Amino acid sequence: MRRDTQRLIFLLLPAGIFFAAFFLLPMARLFFIGGSGKTGWSAYAAILTDANYLNSLFATLSVAAATTFATLVISGISGVFLQRHKFPGNGALVAMLTFPLAFPGVVIGFMVIMLAGRQGLIGQITEFLTGDKLVFAYSLTGLFMGYVYFSIPRTILTVMAAAEKLDPKLEEAARSLGASPWRVVLDVIIPGLKPAFISAGAICFATAVGAFGTAFTLAARINVLPMVIYTEFTLSANIAMAAALSFVLGAATWIVLAVARTAAGSTVAAAG
Amino acid sequence: MTNTTQPLAIALENCAKTFADGTKALEPLDLAIHAGETVVFLGPSGCGKTTTLRIIAGLEEPDAGGRVLFDGEDVTRLPIEQRNVGMVFQSYALFPNMTVAQNIGYGLRIRKTPAAQIKARVAEMLGMMRIEKLADRRIDQLSGGQRQRVALARAIAVRPRALLLDEPLTALDAKLRDTLRLEIDTLLRSLQITAIYVTHDQAEAMALGDRIVVMEHGRVAQIGKPREIYQRPATRFVAEFIGTMNRLTGATRDGVFSCRAGDLAWAEAPQGASEILFRPEDIRIAESHEQTGLQGIVAAAFFLGDRTRLFVEVGEAQPLVIESTARRDFGHGEAVRLAIDPRGLLVL
Repeated sequence: MRRDTQRLIFLLLPAGIFFAAFFLLPMARLFFIGGSGKTGWSAYAAILTDANYLNSLFATLSVAAATTFATLVISGISGVFLQRHKFPGNGALVAMLTFPLAFPGVVIGFMVIMLAGRQGLIGQITEFLTGDKLVFAYSLTGLFMGYVYFSIPRTILTVMAAAEKLDPKLEEAARSLGASPWRVVLDVIIPGLKPAFISAGAICFATAVGAFGTAFTLAARINVLPMVIYTEFTLSANIAMAAALSFVLGAATWIVLAVARTAAGSTVAAAG
Repeated sequence: MTNTTQPLAIALENCAKTFADGTKALEPLDLAIHAGETVVFLGPSGCGKTTTLRIIAGLEEPDAGGRVLFDGEDVTRLPIEQRNVGMVFQSYALFPNMTVAQNIGYGLRIRKTPAAQIKARVAEMLGMMRIEKLADRRIDQLSGGQRQRVALARAIAVRPRALLLDEPLTALDAKLRDTLRLEIDTLLRSLQITAIYVTHDQAEAMALGDRIVVMEHGRVAQIGKPREIYQRPATRFVAEFIGTMNRLTGATRDGVFSCRAGDLAWAEAPQGASEILFRPEDIRIAESHEQTGLQGIVAAAFFLGDRTRLFVEVGEAQPLVIESTARRDFGHGEAVRLAIDPRGLLVL
């Protein structure tokens, strides 16, 4: 019994060291730096009381949540489709969908500008059609578009791998019991893909919360938290505030993911 | 509470199936299934039995020109979700994200049945399959036999017009297979539901079928009651696929069939028969006082308790299989005299 415990501790050591060195210690340090500024611990309170900070925290989490949702819908539909219908060029298309992984955020921001910027394609088309130029690259909408674009490759392969494991007999059984195609999606396909959605969605959400390059490129009216941290750190040299914001950003992301995971877990039992 | 609506008569007219890759899964087939009857599709894998079942279910459409009729009404273009047929699969196909009770109630929930009625029907089904204790279990906590009981309950709960079973016992071990076979038989008789049962296991087919449709290479080889199929097989394939068949080759002249094992008197022998077939129960080891012209050498003997299965070498490609209930041992290489009941002889 004692030896078992010792062995377990020994086996946990690599993960423990890694966790301590790259998570616990930096987070703790960050936490204390956050409280070491001119205003002391009230830096943390400022995040909630200062409308600027609070809004940007809210905007960051919202755009990340919207990105995650949109990405999962798009990846879910196209992932299942690409898995089920093999056509010439299928492999090439999947490879192309995973392409944005290689781009830095700056390039993706640039692409959004080319599409929806002042000289962008959408602007030219809408100007031609309605006389008004539609420009949304420099807003949260543009950011959302860029985030969805680079999030799809992170989720679609996971979804496709899960779609391959779906048992077609389950769908046939549901249909034999009278389920319409839409009900089959709701009752069989989505529950079957749920583990993939949770893990892919978590990565997608966390990446969108922390993404910086795209926001930096599009920066005009956008006030997402990584940008605020950058401004506080480099321009205002307010290191304590930057640290406090970073800590809260990390903690908020962690809480959202933890809540999503538990909620998803409990719906398994509550389903039906 | 009745369990089904009026039993359904199913007819297939000119139903063929060619898959997208050009494979011909089913040659044009005409078949009438009477209301309340249990029909078993029997055949080796790839014979078209599952394709036929899927056409009846509405999971496959027959090639152009084929028609599926439910009580005379053309349902060929009707998708499965509108046909109201219950299906049971070899892999159970239970919904892993629902409990046993939720699985059984699923079809009723789709039909927007009031919750109280669903609850009552689910309880009734659980009782019928004797799985009341499993109601709140998750599917992955069930054994194979329990899963198939849940699958049956789920299919029956919605009072389908017909029950379609695709190799439902194949994934189970032998002993459980016997138990469940008996339960399914009792269930089908008590429900008086039209049932179509696909299997490659001839013992299952014999036990459950009112009629058996034996299939080979996408064609029907024979349709008949189990006893007809067994005793009067229409083709060699049917004769050899179902049960054990012994074979002797030789020549017939003046009511005597001569082969390497000796001569066999057979008054009704058709002229020119060069091969005769018969079941193990139609041949026996002759008593010492009996007159017989046939003999062979015991190649192997397996004592099975109630009988001894003998393999007797008679100079043919395959030794004869004989089941003896004699209370004695048979030695390897022992010469035995054989008596055949001419009533069991077949020429195909």
